[in-house]
Amino acid sequence: MAIKRGRGVAAINYPTGMNLGGDPTQALVHSTPTGNFMVTLSSVDLGQGMKQIMAQICAETIGVPTDRVVVDTADTDTGPHCMGTFASRGTHRAGNAVIQAAKEARQVMLEVAAEELEVNASDLETDGLGNILVKGAPQKAISIFDVALSAHFKRGRSISGRGMFLIPRSYPEKETGAMKPSTCYAHACTVAEVEVDDETGEVTVLTVKNVFEIGRALNPKMVEQQLVGGSWMGISHALYETTEPYYPNRDHGGTDFNQYLMPGPGDLAETEIIVLERPSADGPYGAKGPGEMCANPQIPAVANAVFDAVGVRIDTLPITPERILRALRAQAAT
Amino acid sequence: MAKVPVQFTLNGSETAEFIDSGSTLLHALRDKIGDTSPKGGCHQGTCGACSVIIDGELRLSCLTLAENCNGTAITTTSGLSEGGVLHPLQRAFLDAFASQCGFCTPGMIMAAKVLLDHTPNPSRDEVVQALSGNICRCTGYEPIIQAVLLAARANSQNAA
Repeated sequence: MAIKRGRGVAAINYPTGMNLGGDPTQALVHSTPTGNFMVTLSSVDLGQGMKQIMAQICAETIGVPTDRVVVDTADTDTGPHCMGTFASRGTHRAGNAVIQAAKEARQVMLEVAAEELEVNASDLETDGLGNILVKGAPQKAISIFDVALSAHFKRGRSISGRGMFLIPRSYPEKETGAMKPSTCYAHACTVAEVEVDDETGEVTVLTVKNVFEIGRALNPKMVEQQLVGGSWMGISHALYETTEPYYPNRDHGGTDFNQYLMPGPGDLAETEIIVLERPSADGPYGAKGPGEMCANPQIPAVANAVFDAVGVRIDTLPITPERILRALRAQAAT
Repeated sequence: MAKVPVQFTLNGSETAEFIDSGSTLLHALRDKIGDTSPKGGCHQGTCGACSVIIDGELRLSCLTLAENCNGTAITTTSGLSEGGVLHPLQRAFLDAFASQCGFCTPGMIMAAKVLLDHTPNPSRDEVVQALSGNICRCTGYEPIIQAVLLAARANSQNAA
């Protein structure tokens, strides 16, 4: 009986969004009388940072500072249609819709500015600070504040735009079964090092080294935050969490936090996160969906590390001491 | 059910309310007094989201009877900022990206405040120990641990 060490590796590619009868998200953008911009969505911010990212995308597209954008989310009574924030689809789908809506709003904004400055709208550019300038003659300029006032009170224009992003449903080809379930894939690879006590079946995760390829990180600190939490969650799924420990039998399922176990702050593995940015062709400013996939590769990596340590393949989650001991016993019997 | 009066100091202000006898401090704070910073996660003392500070001690408000708090001084996360300036722990949680959905954050900050009140320069192990009664779903804990250590460093620099 001994504590044995093992190392496992796993790599995944993960589709952004889903393909059940088409995958749409819509967005509306409009300016207030003072030149702030409002993004209306039905998408939900449940802590992943949807509001921040959509504000950045809208601001970048219109050409204003991010703090000039207000994002209103998650009211299906009043917002434009969104399938929801799941399947790592929020940034990609809603982001594309916001870009389209913001482009339309920007065009109206430039048209109003052109009338005020008595120039052609195609000769105008934004400085990103809240002003519209004539290209090559920046002394001829107008603030977006004044443009919005003009649109509202003088020109009778609505500085607004509609955005729609749809991944159409893909049907399998009859002959081959081939289909295109997704247009955009994120990738990840994890190397996990574990110690397995072959007497108790206990697994201790020593290190988790993750590389994530997530397109362009639109907000690098928030991406890192999500990946760190996701890596921990992957370990938690691999070793601890389940509502049905004897699936499909539902007996002995945890009903509270005494029984439904997760690693606490004292159980953290040494964790490394590396982000690779390879902008996607159809993502908003190159983004992909890092959400769910960041908690995936740790699971097979831990299973492989357990195999490397004690030579048993656990193919049911979570990898509990009980399952390891049963597998070791079966292995010894053969 | 008979109503009973409770009276305590909440975040420095004298507070009085009539509550149903037997109701928890969490219920009194959130549903009667309107301080929703303590969160009701498990209502059985296992998640820590409802943590508050009573007379300097960390307490689970979901397991504390409101009527037992007469005459005490209670601190919640909503009482930490002063004059619109965030408490160093709140600042550190922002700077260290220690919050995602935010549900555990008030309880984490309460646990961390009691730690730093008693141990201004804690080791990492002491921070881990202090947070071990609080559950977080999103962050993987590491950013929260780093935030508490960051707040401790900021405090010691201000004191120096």
